Amino acid sequence: MSCWQTVQDYGLRAIGIGERLLPRDDFTLCQQFTLIGSGMMWNIYFGLLALLAGFFLATALAVGKSSRHRLLRKPAEWFIFVFRGSPLFIQFFFAYFLFLSLKGVSPFFDAFTSAWLGALVVLFFNTAAYSGEIFYGALLSIPRGDLEAADAYGFTGWNKFRKITWPTMLRLAWPAYTNEAIFLFHATTLVFFSGFPARQQRGDALYYASYFADKTFNPFIPYPILAMYFILLTLTVVSVFGLINKRLNRHLPTERRRPLRIRPNLLR
Amino acid sequence: MRPAIFSVCSDPSTLPQWQWFACYLTTGKHLAFYGSFGVVLLLLAITAPAALLFGFGAAASARSHFAPLSWLGKLYIAIVRGVPDIAFFLFFVIALDQGFEWLRHEIKCPDWDQPIRQGNDFVVCPAAKLPLGTAPQWVHETYGFFLAVLTFAIVFGAFAGNVLYGAMRAVPRPQIETAEAYGMSHRQAFWRILVPQMWVYALPGLSNLWMVLIKATPLLFLLGVEDIVYWARELGGSKTARFTDYPHGDWRMWYFLVLLVFYLVFTRLSEMVLTRIMRRLSHGQATAAGEAQRRSAGGPP
Repeated sequence: MSCWQTVQDYGLRAIGIGERLLPRDDFTLCQQFTLIGSGMMWNIYFGLLALLAGFFLATALAVGKSSRHRLLRKPAEWFIFVFRGSPLFIQFFFAYFLFLSLKGVSPFFDAFTSAWLGALVVLFFNTAAYSGEIFYGALLSIPRGDLEAADAYGFTGWNKFRKITWPTMLRLAWPAYTNEAIFLFHATTLVFFSGFPARQQRGDALYYASYFADKTFNPFIPYPILAMYFILLTLTVVSVFGLINKRLNRHLPTERRRPLRIRPNLLR
Repeated sequence: MRPAIFSVCSDPSTLPQWQWFACYLTTGKHLAFYGSFGVVLLLLAITAPAALLFGFGAAASARSHFAPLSWLGKLYIAIVRGVPDIAFFLFFVIALDQGFEWLRHEIKCPDWDQPIRQGNDFVVCPAAKLPLGTAPQWVHETYGFFLAVLTFAIVFGAFAGNVLYGAMRAVPRPQIETAEAYGMSHRQAFWRILVPQMWVYALPGLSNLWMVLIKATPLLFLLGVEDIVYWARELGGSKTARFTDYPHGDWRMWYFLVLLVFYLVFTRLSEMVLTRIMRRLSHGQATAAGEAQRRSAGGPP
């Protein structure tokens, strides 16, 4: 069987298109590359959607946490504490079993017990909490002069937030937020190893990598392939976020622009 | 079956609710569940110093003037950057196991002529198996736990190496120059000046790492150790009256809620302890925190 044939059979296997049976013996390098790459679709799907949705909730959480009203501040603080203070792995398990028992209450929760929605919700909350904390820190370090200048120009309320506070917050938070994005993509590999089942063996990249490692009893091929894919993904994320960083900093004189520095010290 | 702790527990189906729970929560399996919290704490207690040691080695070798050693240290630190850590866990557990068996195979059976990788099988001579096929169950469990600890130490050693490397560079350069001006050798300046001073710079990173390490402990489950996640799944699943004296529905949600709360409390406690340590370490240091402490104590500005 040629490699192109394998790509046609298994290229979209992770979303259920193509050959139904996974290869069982005589594993070729091509099969491993194709299937693990096909699994990457799930990682990108989870990461991208959670990041997009989480961005808005994170802004709300940061504003809430820095609010003077107890009723706004406390819920935001607790939300951030709960999701940052517990392992994502346990959150996945808990959420899965929670949805499973809610399923008995209302059919509305049916979809939540499958990974594409249930795990997405968990990742969305999780990344919102982490980014919320980052944004909160940035909100606190906005130079006071900027806000005073905004007041002097007559900016108030929503207008001031939208035009002055928020862009400055993003600009300050961006390097840390880039890290958060990278680690969110890494965290997506946990989905199919927690409670969420991979129906009909439609799994993510790590799911297929460990499938091959189990079958061939040789971890030295599938995991480096997985690593390669993730390094590519990380580089993509870094360059996209770098472009946005450039845009956020475009009004600053060159020497005050802050280059992106990637500091890996997170794992959930 | 283990005898129940409370004598009233001999026939649970007749008990009122609170007694039923008292009996249910003290069955042998539940005691094993409580014991597995100890496994998690044990893992943390062993892994944290081991990872620190690995990290220290990595950071020291990354600073080395001998280029290959420095590359090795930097590569080790850098390689965890781009790849999901869980992939490392899954990889190292198999790779280490096979590595050990292969080493023993080479030593113990030098005249073995078959290849080690036969298709999809990894075959070593029986004497090189780890643990030996005849070994009792507890040896298998201990070996699994040992592999898990080593895996954690390797992965977190890389993280710690990153933190310590940064901390070593954060120690003000003139400190080392002064030491050298006093006639200390490289080695002396490293051990007597750099290492004692780097901890205050390393601590924020290390406390972050500790939090991360706490949150990584449930991954033990993936490495095949019977930890709290294993027991929570095991005990929480619905039980019918045929197999147990304590039939119940699907309670896994509640078990995982307990785990969630356990981790939250643990994180919070660690946070409080680490804040205190940071305050003590900053005392008298030429950092912003140390300066603030001195000011608030009424020292001269």
